[in-house]
Amino acid sequence: MSADALAPVAGPQPDSAGHFGRFGGRFVPEALVAALDELDGAWRTAMADESFRAEFGALLRDYAGTPSLLYEARRFSAKVGARVLLKREDLNHTGAHKVRNVLGQALLTKRMGKTRVIAETGAGQHGVATATAAALFDLECVVYMGQVDTERQALNVARMRMLGATVVPVTNGSRTLKDAMNEAMRDWVANVDETHYLIGTAAGPHPFPAMVRDFVRGIGDEARQQCLDLTGGLPDAVTACVGGGSNALGIFHAFVGDEAVRLYGFEAGGDGVATGRHAASITGGSAGVLHGTRTFVLQDADGQTLESHSISAGLDYPGVGPEHAWLHDTGRANYLPVTDDEAMAAFELLCRTEGIIPAIESAHALAGTVALAPKLAAELGREPTIVVNLSGRGDKDVHTAGDYFGILDKER
Amino acid sequence: MSRIGVAFDKARADGRALLVGCMPAGFPTVEGSIAAMTAMVEAGVDVIEVEIPYSDPVMDGPVIQRASDIALAGGVRTADTMRIIEAVAATGAPVVTMTYWNPVERYGVDVFARDLASAGGTGLITPDLIPDEADEWLAASEAHGLDRTFLVSPSSTDARLAMTVQHCRGFVYATAVMGVTGARARTSDAAPTLVSRARAVTDLPIGVGLGVGTGAQAGTVAGYADGVIVGSALVRCVLDAPNEADGLAALRTLSAELAEGVRNPTR
Repeated sequence: MSADALAPVAGPQPDSAGHFGRFGGRFVPEALVAALDELDGAWRTAMADESFRAEFGALLRDYAGTPSLLYEARRFSAKVGARVLLKREDLNHTGAHKVRNVLGQALLTKRMGKTRVIAETGAGQHGVATATAAALFDLECVVYMGQVDTERQALNVARMRMLGATVVPVTNGSRTLKDAMNEAMRDWVANVDETHYLIGTAAGPHPFPAMVRDFVRGIGDEARQQCLDLTGGLPDAVTACVGGGSNALGIFHAFVGDEAVRLYGFEAGGDGVATGRHAASITGGSAGVLHGTRTFVLQDADGQTLESHSISAGLDYPGVGPEHAWLHDTGRANYLPVTDDEAMAAFELLCRTEGIIPAIESAHALAGTVALAPKLAAELGREPTIVVNLSGRGDKDVHTAGDYFGILDKER
Repeated sequence: MSRIGVAFDKARADGRALLVGCMPAGFPTVEGSIAAMTAMVEAGVDVIEVEIPYSDPVMDGPVIQRASDIALAGGVRTADTMRIIEAVAATGAPVVTMTYWNPVERYGVDVFARDLASAGGTGLITPDLIPDEADEWLAASEAHGLDRTFLVSPSSTDARLAMTVQHCRGFVYATAVMGVTGARARTSDAAPTLVSRARAVTDLPIGVGLGVGTGAQAGTVAGYADGVIVGSALVRCVLDAPNEADGLAALRTLSAELAEGVRNPTR
């Protein structure tokens, strides 16, 4: 299955300039256009190259540990009132779906003859994945991370450094993911000849949204076949959390053509969209331009980016990949907010029913599924089958979750 | 011909380059930015580039980022920028506006163009809008008689260079270095090559920016370009000053030095 991870598909594609309907495109300094064109060319050539696909497929299988399992979570299902199948991306090497994207882009970096990769990271998962691929491919690696995030994700900072990466705390703006992305862009403009900017999600200027989606779409290709094998049919719904949105696109893509399969993306609702303290760009934002692409953005009346809020560092971003904006526009996928409290309740439920500690990001998908199940059951008149992308594991979140649940022993 | 074009012609006739000085709107305050820009004009800056502060300025280095943050923290709005442009245009110096794209899109592209024209602005420099994505701006700038300055870069291919200058009106902005704004110890070797490549495909005047901070550097750039664009070094005068009066004095001194530089091109 993995060997075909880049096989051409009939699913939706952007136009040649990377527009998904009214979204996407390139809003970048001219200095970056040549590098984006080079990347676009390298990516398209690689896609058509049997040897690249074989190499990528072998890495995914032998190094990342894919195909990941599709696991029927029976005790969780009983609590939720749906047949819940978990796509276990949490079992991948480095603990999340993100390893698929970084392996693909690291291979491309080598093909382009570049020697250095830079990345932005929020929770640190993409930074760790990038540092991992850089170690494997012998590339110099610099990771930009907001200072607020380096403090709340200190363990991941240590992991990146152990893997040989340089971690640069970003101290300007809100000192979170969006500012890390600005700083990475600035680095890229200055060092574009030898550097590839390894963007961690299906956002940013063309070709990143479509390219990243293609590198992670194995999630959905695998899940679709696994679901057919396991249940004899397609699921009624596929759910995922949405920050930038790569894990969601990765699992949605294979199902977009299956009209009967409902697609649900769950955004970080923080304290609730009505409070203004959230990271739900689609349900609580408006169309705008951020980080090189036109998409839904959290912004004020003058187009200044607003700070996002979420208990999940990986979803704490005031934009979203343009393909999601388009899937929302066309109505093909549904986007709904999930609050911090709802996500943490689902986090606890999965821990206690299945012995699986999910990433808090993925807990948003679980919480959305908990809310969706009874509605879908009522509509269908039977128990629905729901595939949930369990995009990452929760080891990195133990401190945050421990704080939330008040279960850390106090210092004496 | 646009007002900027007239100013470039006049400078060319005088055997010198045009000096363009940049300052973020609302930095350190709305009134303070008007005072700063007025002082720059009085000390010899030919054209004022008013930058609209933006929360995510990916083409700007630390100095302009900090100034933009200060302006935004002070509550400056896009509407205030229009007022600032109007006040500075009243000095008689042409005023060009530098802006990232999202504030324009949020304001409404056509309404923005209309208000900018009525405030006396000559046009826009758009660091993150390339002609490929600019249909709405091309139409609005035509409708309201505004100049369009897109950037060209040392990494631009010949085909993109030709396409980009074709969509420019007023002048072309050549980015001297691969990198963000900020004064540098040395000006770039890539800039003269880029300017001569641009000259091969356009008759428009060419301004060079990124990295110029001293009179000597201004003289060097004036040796091959039609305009010398200075931002961070001027902003730093205000940023580093202990009080407004000292900031304005430093700004006048540097402006005069730069004005002297563009009158003594190194060839």
